[in-house]
Amino acid sequence: MKIAVCVKQVPDPEARLRVGADGAWIDEEGVAFVLNESDEYAVEEALRIAERTGGEVIAFGLGPERTREALRKVLALGASRAVLLSDPALLGGDALATGRALAAAIRQEGADLVLTGSASSDLGYAATGSVIAGELGWPHAWLVMGVELAEDRRSVRITREMEGGMNELSAVVLPAVIQVQAGINHPRYASLKGIMAAKKKEIREVAAAELGVDAGRLGRAGSRLETVSVALPVSGREVEWIAGDAAAVAAALVTKLEQEAKVLR
Amino acid sequence: MNGPVWAVVQQKDGRLQRSGRETIAAAQALARELGTSAEAVLLGDGLAAAGEELKGMALAGARVVEHPRLATYTPGGYVAALVPLVREERPAYVLFPHTYQTVDFMARLAQALDAGLLPEAIAFRRVDGEVRWTRPVLGGKLHAQVRTVGEGTVLVSLQSGAFPADGVEAGSAPLRQVAAAVDGVDLQREVRGFESAGGGAVDLSKAEVIVAVGRGVGGQEKLAPVEELARLLGGELAASRPVVDSGWLPRERQVGSSGQTVAPKLYLALGISGAIQHLVGMKGATAVVAINKDASAPIFKIATWGVAGDLHEIVPALNQALKERAGGA
Ligand SMILES: Cc1cc2nc3c(=O)[nH]c(=O)nc-3n(C[C@H](O)[C@H](O)[C@H](O)COP(=O)(O)OP(=O)(O)OC[C@H]3O[C@@H](n4cnc5c(N)ncnc54)[C@H](O)[C@@H]3O)c2cc1C
Repeated sequence: MKIAVCVKQVPDPEARLRVGADGAWIDEEGVAFVLNESDEYAVEEALRIAERTGGEVIAFGLGPERTREALRKVLALGASRAVLLSDPALLGGDALATGRALAAAIRQEGADLVLTGSASSDLGYAATGSVIAGELGWPHAWLVMGVELAEDRRSVRITREMEGGMNELSAVVLPAVIQVQAGINHPRYASLKGIMAAKKKEIREVAAAELGVDAGRLGRAGSRLETVSVALPVSGREVEWIAGDAAAVAAALVTKLEQEAKVLR
Repeated sequence: MNGPVWAVVQQKDGRLQRSGRETIAAAQALARELGTSAEAVLLGDGLAAAGEELKGMALAGARVVEHPRLATYTPGGYVAALVPLVREERPAYVLFPHTYQTVDFMARLAQALDAGLLPEAIAFRRVDGEVRWTRPVLGGKLHAQVRTVGEGTVLVSLQSGAFPADGVEAGSAPLRQVAAAVDGVDLQREVRGFESAGGGAVDLSKAEVIVAVGRGVGGQEKLAPVEELARLLGGELAASRPVVDSGWLPRERQVGSSGQTVAPKLYLALGISGAIQHLVGMKGATAVVAINKDASAPIFKIATWGVAGDLHEIVPALNQALKERAGGA
């Protein structure tokens, strides 16, 4: 089976973020970027399915040049090659524009199954995978916590998370797009051998003009959303800060828990 | 003149879902702001009782789209049922609750309609004659102001709790049954059943004190002081999702939109950043203590008491202080 997996690079969740000069996004200077969390799980799931079926995994990444690092990591984990969509004409899009570009690139490669993460931790549209499916005319499923390929390889049985601690058990016909939720598996670490091998694997760049999609429907130009500004959230409730060394903080907290929260007996 | 604002809602056990009432409240508010009308679309099967509820709301119309094939959600069925309605009436905005179900099909609906897609809004406001939406980004660390560009309907999903359900304006709504064009369509998914996700063995909803840990705890081997704190407080141990995904604590202790909803007298959030999916599960707590080494973490926005520091230093000191107190010090 030929499995496509789409990955995004996002700011490290531990990073301290500052609003950038244009006020419309963060200042990326000095921020570390990592593979998006649910994408890591999607990569692992793709590798497992490929191993079971004797297939191959092809990684797709859309984002600025630094996305190459994320693809290199996926190659080190075991993908056989990668496709990078870093053409400025493809960047800055909403989920519809981004999904359109990825779908076009996947169509050129051909795939039996596409895996994506369930949501990116930066923009969080949680839609890129389903847009890819829509573009390709395939079924999809979002928030998947279990994937099992049918014997005849014509469909997958999936376990899909619902609210309230329930799962939906269903089947979708292949080819399909599966949007993987974090926690579905335990992602492997890259081996030294894998890291070395990745250096020789191909990362093919695809330009916007090669996708066969009207330029007005790609990237920022094709996006229906425009971020005007970003800012720290404002809240109604003002937190009461407790400062000092650990012992002083502990003593102050005990007093709060005893006298105000009234939870100490 | 703006097209109407629609709210797409569903029922559960014969009542409109709370998230649906929140969506209607938002549609009414947005319609007032734009000088247009608010309307509702009720989707599913067996909708008589929920339809009665809609009749008592201030809506220019309420469409009831009822069909046995809509009894169980499928993306193919829901998209097929909604496409002809939106195409015919051209609402300016179609609002949905930001539920897992909506997220599953909303993008497909947007594509079928060539509509805009704006997921997870938490507020809107009118600036210079246009609507600006607020949505959390970067795990809630920042809020983005977003405008829509281009022509045509925009689909928007609204984060739970952003528009209180008790804001629904009462009135009367003409109810209309609308045919659902779902006979013979590809449902895109064969739903075989449902199962419990494996929680349930631990009921955190009754706990008076909850000590919750996030990814900031740094590993399973570092949980001992936190477990001791939970014991000293007579509380339950809970976790954010990444802690469970990493296998440090079992799924049955997860709090949040895909875990349990809790409302203790005291919630201690240790090394938890405060993403919206976590907050929806614990914002009902009476008091919240947050300990996080990042003073700008969103968890502090809902905390009663905040400590900007390392949990691995504070927690042992707190345990010590609690033991001294219990020892009659
Ligand atoms: C569909 C969906 C459903 C989800 N459902 C849930 C859910 O039910 N529950 C849930 O929790 N999440 C859920 N999530 C995930 C959610 O979006 C966040 O990713 C998650 O809540 C973050 O967990 P965290 O705060 O533990 O980790 P992070 O966001 O990584 O935060 C860790 C925090 O620890 C702090 N820290 C690090 N070291 C220390 C230290 N030594 N001392 C003090 N502080 C420290 C850091 O400053 C940081 O703020 C869901 C996501 C999706 C897409």
